[in-house]
Amino acid sequence: MPVDGIHDLGGMQGFGAVAHSAAEPAFPDRWQATARALMEVVAGAVEASGGEFRHSIERMDPGHYLTSSYYEHWLTGAATLAVEHGLVTHAELEARAGGRFPLSGPALAPPVADTGPDVGEPRFGVGDRVRVRDWHPPGHTRCPGYVRGKAGTVVRVDGTHSVPDVEAHGPARRYEPTYSVRFDAAGLWHDGQRGVTVHVDLWDSYLEPA
Amino acid sequence: MSESGHHPAPLSPVERRVAALEALLTERGLVPEGFIEEITRRYESEIGPLNGAKVVARAWVDPGYKERLLTDGTAAIAELGFGGPEGDHMVVVENTPAVHNVIVCTLCSCYPWPVLGLPPSWYKDPPYRARMVREPRTLLAEMGCPLPGDVEIRVWDSSAEVRYLVLPQRPAGTAGMTEAELAGLVTRDSMIGVARL
Repeated sequence: MPVDGIHDLGGMQGFGAVAHSAAEPAFPDRWQATARALMEVVAGAVEASGGEFRHSIERMDPGHYLTSSYYEHWLTGAATLAVEHGLVTHAELEARAGGRFPLSGPALAPPVADTGPDVGEPRFGVGDRVRVRDWHPPGHTRCPGYVRGKAGTVVRVDGTHSVPDVEAHGPARRYEPTYSVRFDAAGLWHDGQRGVTVHVDLWDSYLEPA
Repeated sequence: MSESGHHPAPLSPVERRVAALEALLTERGLVPEGFIEEITRRYESEIGPLNGAKVVARAWVDPGYKERLLTDGTAAIAELGFGGPEGDHMVVVENTPAVHNVIVCTLCSCYPWPVLGLPPSWYKDPPYRARMVREPRTLLAEMGCPLPGDVEIRVWDSSAEVRYLVLPQRPAGTAGMTEAELAGLVTRDSMIGVARL
């Protein structure tokens, strides 16, 4: 089963022009503000971590994700979490909506039973060469697909933060240092543009020495 | 509803779904009264790119502040009273004649809310997220920001906890301007890095 989420868009081709606007209201219509507020309500009620919140959107059907607006993503994620945590039922939602109410698919990774120890001290320093582990975890991750297996250079060591891959799937937490890693575009893409570097912020366990 | 018999426009499918979830959560006592209005007020009037413009203008007129901003963005931004969610770990990246910085979030929509407000739609939509890490030179030119070939482009993908702000170059011919006048020159796009001033 393919598990790399549709949200992981970096480098994907075929999307065309950016629909740029110089300025826009935060909420063009009231329903968008409501969708945002309802996600905050649900996330608060079920004590969802940032990882669980993001994963509730990433699990959307790919076709639905790509053809719906940002706040429809939030609505779908909020409703999914509300059903999964027993606040409402899918049948109630569809009855009230008077039609289909698509939810996100199930999480494919179980809760993490053994998180392993926290990582207090950074394994890498500025200037170190590192390689991103070439893995495809079945659940949530903040390791973008386009850097998997690629080598880069640490340019910044940031603070220690909860690992999203763990916190998205239950109450367990593991804390690790994070790093900003610089990649040359020529090493990321066969058609990488000249004079371009791409920096990606990565948790310690995503990396190995290069 | 008015007495003349006009009916409001029928709700779209997504509006019906929002109304359904809102009703069910409200019946369970989970939606505090006025919460949706509070959300609207918070994100429409408390945060926005005017905050970031003040940070940039201060950095342009005060070398000591600029140094602090580039060393510890979170603390320097807090000096001007800005901070909060999505602004707890700020890194400010400086444009120079030789280097251009641009920010993106390929995985979702991470963005420095306290200084720029909520992200615009195009920042959250697939074309920008997909293309900025792969063909930034082409995309920047398309968006009205063509760069000479010898200018290095640094793309910053906000994939962990840090949120980025671009410090644009101070435009030429602004030597006599006040800090407030300078802030008026600073655009949202220049602080994302899809425009130069």
